[in-house]
Amino acid sequence: MANSEQVDGQGLSGEDGVRRRDFINVAAVSFAGVGAVGVVLPLIDQMNPSADVLALASTEVDLSAIQPGQAIKTTFRSQPLFVRQLTEKEIAEADKVDPSTLRDPQTLAERTVDGKKQWLITMGVCTHLGCVPLGAGEGENRGEFGGYFCPCHGSSYDTAARIRKGPAPKNLEVPKYSFTSDTAILVG
Amino acid sequence: MVRIGAFLVGLFFAGWLLISFLVGAYSYVVEPPAKTVEHEFHLAPKHVSFSFDGPLGRYDNQQLQRGFQVFKEVCSACHSLKFVAFRDLAGIGYNEAEIKAIAKNWTIKTPSVDPATGEASTRDGIPADYFPSPFANNVAAAAANNNAIPPDLSLMTKARHHGSAYVYSLLTGFQEQPAELLKHFPDAKTPEGLHFNPYFANLNLAMAPPLSADGQVTYGDGTKPTIDQMSQDVAAFLTWTAEPKLENRRRAGVATILFLLIATGLAYMAYQNIWADKKKAA
Amino acid sequence: MSFPWAEHYTPKHPLMQWVDEKLPLPRLVYNAVGAGYPVPRNLNYFWNFGVLAGLALLIQIVTGVVMAMHYGANTLVAFGTVEQTMRDVNAGWLMRYAHANGASFFFIVVYLHIFRGLYFGSYKAPREMVWLLGLVIFLLMMATAFMGYVLPWGQMSYWGAKVITGLFGAIPVVGEPIQTWLLGGFAPGNASLNRFFSLHFLLPFVIAAVVILHIWALHIPGSSNPTGVEVKGPQDTVPFHPYYTAKDGFGAGIFLILFAILLFFAPNYLGHPDNYIEANPLSTPAHIVPEWYFWPFYAILRAFTVDFFFVPAKLLGVLAMFASILLLFFLPWLDTSPVRSGSYRPTFKTFFWILVLDVLILGYCGGAPAEEPYVMISQVAAAYYFAHFLIILPMIARFEKPLPLPNSITEAVLAKYAKADGEPAAVPAE
Repeated sequence: MANSEQVDGQGLSGEDGVRRRDFINVAAVSFAGVGAVGVVLPLIDQMNPSADVLALASTEVDLSAIQPGQAIKTTFRSQPLFVRQLTEKEIAEADKVDPSTLRDPQTLAERTVDGKKQWLITMGVCTHLGCVPLGAGEGENRGEFGGYFCPCHGSSYDTAARIRKGPAPKNLEVPKYSFTSDTAILVG
Repeated sequence: MVRIGAFLVGLFFAGWLLISFLVGAYSYVVEPPAKTVEHEFHLAPKHVSFSFDGPLGRYDNQQLQRGFQVFKEVCSACHSLKFVAFRDLAGIGYNEAEIKAIAKNWTIKTPSVDPATGEASTRDGIPADYFPSPFANNVAAAAANNNAIPPDLSLMTKARHHGSAYVYSLLTGFQEQPAELLKHFPDAKTPEGLHFNPYFANLNLAMAPPLSADGQVTYGDGTKPTIDQMSQDVAAFLTWTAEPKLENRRRAGVATILFLLIATGLAYMAYQNIWADKKKAA
Repeated sequence: MSFPWAEHYTPKHPLMQWVDEKLPLPRLVYNAVGAGYPVPRNLNYFWNFGVLAGLALLIQIVTGVVMAMHYGANTLVAFGTVEQTMRDVNAGWLMRYAHANGASFFFIVVYLHIFRGLYFGSYKAPREMVWLLGLVIFLLMMATAFMGYVLPWGQMSYWGAKVITGLFGAIPVVGEPIQTWLLGGFAPGNASLNRFFSLHFLLPFVIAAVVILHIWALHIPGSSNPTGVEVKGPQDTVPFHPYYTAKDGFGAGIFLILFAILLFFAPNYLGHPDNYIEANPLSTPAHIVPEWYFWPFYAILRAFTVDFFFVPAKLLGVLAMFASILLLFFLPWLDTSPVRSGSYRPTFKTFFWILVLDVLILGYCGGAPAEEPYVMISQVAAAYYFAHFLIILPMIARFEKPLPLPNSITEAVLAKYAKADGEPAAVPAE
């Protein structure tokens, strides 16, 4: 099964003989090593996401039914995704804050698409320990900053889903997305 | 003791087997087993050549797309293809937009749940969906098809001996029952509602000839859609659905074997080297 | 557990000395398959199959663990998860085909290994324990392979499970309760599938453990050799490493080439098309056959067609099938010839080759449909199989006149090389 890892110079005579013979033995063992690596690669790769998982790696969301002030909870890559249409008031509240005072300084404009400032699309995963914050559903506690509130350890997010209070270190993550039409986005 | 016991056991088994043989041989001679109609009239699949024949053959995407068209316009009315997803069509040369359109416009809609009422409903297909089945379940399939359930076609060419040729032969093999057959096996007349086909295991199948006229589909690439051509194309398409990784497998095989030949050659030289001093006459 | 002239493990590096003091694992390996194990210098290529069987077991365990990562042991999804592995998992088709064909290759090398043992008398004293442990491995392999074949939940999986567990149903009185107990139901179902999966995962590791015992038992007397003459001195042996590691490396290369040809270019050649049809308890395939490596035993099972007074033919077939394997456990005491190697036993040699042909015929009949003339042929072939081991071998041992044996391994080797060089046999130089 194994190739010889080292070869004693038994029965070899002459300098040249030693070198030529050693070369072939070393080459044979090296080839076995390359072969082993070639076998290991697919064994590692098989644990990567399979084609059917990757096929669901992007999600289309229809925005037409979401009224200002409303949010929906959907899924993106098997995790909750919050899609919210902000009201004028919420936008104003978010813009009022000086980003430099924030734990994770970002403006609302940086967190939304140009000209579509009212559409706030974030992951519904608290950046503290991964719980799902409240606030996307009708009547849920939106915390003291009017955005999202994580019940696990009390992180509060503001109307731009930026962290304002509690243990979470970062704002709610904004996934990569683009508008495919005025009322539809493609996430991922 | 062991040997005496063994002798007796051996004598018993061997003796009884020989007696069984004589009993069997006697009845074989006195009453030779009757030939069955399947035995006499079943035919092995026709010979037909495909681009993927042989150890290095490859799929012809043009042909697979034509075959897909036949599946879509003819077969899919009754047969499911449940292990294949729309996204897999990228493997036969469709681009993302085309796949999206195919999925969206597929006649059979994908089962879904009405978000408002929670009742079973359907929606347009998306590339990640598998080809939806034409029937909700086996009972519905049997009820709609004279009690015969149309089998899933995803793996059909691997589920039959010489599957690609089998599908082609079956599709082109419908015919009148030969007079010769009825002369020798008067009881074997094809029952009402079944169709005679010598390439089918028991000669009579429930499926009516699905490809019955030249030009049943219209090919976009200008190929003449004869029954023979359509049968070949759909057989090729079903070979792909059953073994979509065929080309990857063969490519990997060539590389692996070349590598192993060199490695084994080196291993042989190393083996000869190491043994050089031991393989000499004193 | 070795010859006195075996090389001693002497670690030079301080780290290796430290390891050797705390856990002498490198020493164990050195003495088991390294330079510390002296092996007869005249082993031929048939002695490669032990190491190749180990390689096959390794391939099965690695690819099997991978398959288990993607498999769902539930009758609703099992077939689909295997298909999904083939289609969507990265390199999944490679893992699945390697696992399915790896089983076949495991049996091929093990059968060659067993026939090597039969021809060269490897089962004889002082190596009976090696032979017995080898048979235990063989039985475990059969159980593992059978249960593994059920897992994809195709038509052959289902009906194979039904037929094989049905064999136990042939046992009078307790048979049916045993069958129900084995299946966890009245027919193969979810309970059966889950326990088969559990055991299919467990047994290969049991096999690996028995392999270690098999090698341990081998190292007590040391390896046999084609002459069957025991090792007499240092001139008769070479260290396992590098001599046999090099030879086994070459053998492994040939094995892998043949494996790759099947795996990449004809992966379904040894399989059965019906197993690409999902299990259907309401429709039996026209022709149920097990995998090819069970065919000889399947032929013996079906060869019994006539009841023996109150014993039904079905039960006889089951008993004979089990007996055909169990009788091998008695082989060391059935063949009492003092000469070990078939090369020096002219009568034995003739019958050995008849046995090989007989097993091939049984295999062919076992794979054929249960119709005439295959049943009649398998009856005669099965009769010979039992007669060979239980009647003929003990008799040959008593009446045969063996050829003269060489005085030592070295003498035999030198005679061979001298012949090849066209010179008269030389006396050992030592």
